[in-house]
Amino acid sequence: MSAAEIVVTGLHKRYRATRALDGMSFTVRPGLVTGFVGPNGAGKSTTMRVILGLAAADAGTALVAGKPYRSLRHPLRHVGALLDAVAPHPGRTARNHLLWLAHAQGLSARRVDRVIEQVGLTPAARRKAGGYSLGMRQRLGIAAALLGDPPILMLDEPFNGMDPGGIVWMRGFLRSLAAEGRALLVSSHLMSEVQDTADRLVVAGRGRALADAGVAELIAAASGNRVAVRTTARPDATRVLGRAGGAVSATGPDTVTVSGLPADRVAALLTHGAVPFSELTAHRATLEEVYLELTRDAAEFRAATPTEAPR
Amino acid sequence: MTPAVTPYPPGRGAGFLRVLHAEWTKIRTVRGWVTGLLAAAPMMVLAALLAGVGGNQEGAPPVPAGPHGGPVTDSFYFVHRPMAGDGSITVAVSALTSSIPKGPGDLGPGTVPWAKAGLVIKAGTRQGSPYAAIMVTGGHGVRMQDGFVNDTAGPPGPVSAESPRWLRLDRSGETVTGYASTDGTHWTEVGTARVSGLGSTAQAGLFVASPPAVRGGGTAGSVSTATFEDLHTREGRTGGHWTGTQVGARSPSFAGYPENTSGSFTASGSRITVTGAGDLAPAVRDSLPTGGHLRDLLAGTFAALIAVTVVGARFITEEYRDTTIHLTLAASPRRSRVLVAKAAVLWAVAFAAGLVGTLLAIPLGERLARGNGVYLFPVSSATELRVAVGTAALLATASVLALALGAILRHGAVAVAAVLVATVLPCLLTALPFTPAGLSKAVATVTPGAAFAVQQTLVPYHQVASNYTPYYGYYPLAPWAGFAVLSGYALASLAVAAVLLGRRDV
Repeated sequence: MSAAEIVVTGLHKRYRATRALDGMSFTVRPGLVTGFVGPNGAGKSTTMRVILGLAAADAGTALVAGKPYRSLRHPLRHVGALLDAVAPHPGRTARNHLLWLAHAQGLSARRVDRVIEQVGLTPAARRKAGGYSLGMRQRLGIAAALLGDPPILMLDEPFNGMDPGGIVWMRGFLRSLAAEGRALLVSSHLMSEVQDTADRLVVAGRGRALADAGVAELIAAASGNRVAVRTTARPDATRVLGRAGGAVSATGPDTVTVSGLPADRVAALLTHGAVPFSELTAHRATLEEVYLELTRDAAEFRAATPTEAPR
Repeated sequence: MTPAVTPYPPGRGAGFLRVLHAEWTKIRTVRGWVTGLLAAAPMMVLAALLAGVGGNQEGAPPVPAGPHGGPVTDSFYFVHRPMAGDGSITVAVSALTSSIPKGPGDLGPGTVPWAKAGLVIKAGTRQGSPYAAIMVTGGHGVRMQDGFVNDTAGPPGPVSAESPRWLRLDRSGETVTGYASTDGTHWTEVGTARVSGLGSTAQAGLFVASPPAVRGGGTAGSVSTATFEDLHTREGRTGGHWTGTQVGARSPSFAGYPENTSGSFTASGSRITVTGAGDLAPAVRDSLPTGGHLRDLLAGTFAALIAVTVVGARFITEEYRDTTIHLTLAASPRRSRVLVAKAAVLWAVAFAAGLVGTLLAIPLGERLARGNGVYLFPVSSATELRVAVGTAALLATASVLALALGAILRHGAVAVAAVLVATVLPCLLTALPFTPAGLSKAVATVTPGAAFAVQQTLVPYHQVASNYTPYYGYYPLAPWAGFAVLSGYALASLAVAAVLLGRRDV
């Protein structure tokens, strides 16, 4: 097993009446950004806290570089973590916040200044953290995670509170960390935040991993055998294709999506039935659709939504 | 193919030292905590300044000191005449009755256990001069006493006309021996005292003393009258050349006579009746109300205690508030180490601040008080050091107790409230004069407030009836035993906190 790996196997955890984790299993591999997505309450934060030894699982194991976290001698040199909502003491400067953490791992003040520079906080390093914006706090959290130069990074909602410029910076930063060979687990409740960054996805819902696969794989699986048709005669198209056994649904004022029929058969049927159409493409699912499809039943709170996915 | 990332190379220091280093960095980088802890020092000094300049006893009569150096009460009624060189004096006591005030200007018969009537050989009538005496008492039988602090019990039981008590004192050089008898023929030796400084010609004769009676939380002046018969010296029965003197009539350690009474003696035939008040005994807090003691100069301990315990609790509850505790435990997964490191760092800082405070406050307060003519109960340097170190240790240990409660309760305001109830409330209770003595002593025995015993410098004497309560500066436990009670609470709480910290999810 690599030093840069997290292996989570069959985690179960209950908080009184709530089942927080219900068989959560996945693997985080080196050199890749693994997106950890799922609706609020899916168990993402709990899983991360179990991995870090902050919460105890009722059953299952979470191994970091092959060992339970709490048995690591210098844990921050193996795993760097950004935990959601962990704030530095408001009366302490950012530099001092990192300094105590460095001292806990036997690291020097030089290393502190280095990570501050890496996340672009140098000008504000000697200001009290109480005056920091949420975005600056996130950068400080990233700096804390990087302190031990760990091969594994675990970031809980790193995009929270970041302005658009910060989000762009964060994406680039995460990619460069993965390119260095590190294993990254990045959680988010918004697919859009991770879709351009992640190589792999763990989709969590109701305390377990609904999917643990590469991004391309997931999209291919979700796209299915579907064809999008642009037509000015939607009712005719629906009738003709439906009679041939296709499942047709309207996706816009002049578009329908057909499944169950290959693209060339759709073209033939429409031509034969003299239904006008201007565009016919094999449908490619977005990650957003994949996510919604997978988490449809798992989402705890869901507003009434149209039956068809957006776009 | 991705490049391999290996963990950062290990740095300096062993595991626990790193946690200690981290906690030290934490505590020194939050200004509020540093201020709160270091404030202990100026609080102690300021309180000592106020206490030092507060009292003004200039022009008051001096406090008499005995041969042992401590303050004494040396005020009694003395019927005496010179005794040149060695000699012997004998008398029979057939009555000793005491009166204590029942209301304003209204005396009634009462019991004063340490009322004294007997014989004394004393260097002179100057207060504090050496002596040896044998006496009957109101409730403690016959006693032989010398040097104010030495007390030897003789035959028990009260005296009456039917069963008088004969007493005898023999002087031979520096040695004075006391005897008692029930018939004037068969004598029992009660004790022997070596009294230096009696001089070639001492004053010898009868004395009556009647110390204030302890009532409730205070005292009331008493007066006693004794009937003597058969007074004679080695030279034979003696006639009328005896002098009556009120020794130490005006003294800070003498409360005086109850209204409308005074010391006197009358002789009729072989019977001499003597009335007196006061005592021949070491002075205690109650009998020397104008005297100050070390604890008075350390009144700042209360304020300092509040400051350090609040910081102690917040040192951990603010980690829960900010959820920094997640980071702390992620960095140091051996959780009990974190707690021990926190306690060690906190204790050291609070102790250092407290010690600076006491080491400055004590000499400063003493100087100012003495400059104002305030008498301070004397203490040895070793005792002074024990008070200084003990008070600093008390502050430090109380802050660790607060830390432990903070770790258990995890909520700042709740923890601070618990700490104040556990440490400051007991101290307040014992500091109030109206707290019943029993409650006060119980509080100073079983609560963390027992640690205030480290500030005791006053010595209680079994032969002086007084209010030996924490309010007056007398604690039921020995100094370090009291401190051990607080330490016990702190360690037990720390153990509970460690178990909970290890068990709980954060």
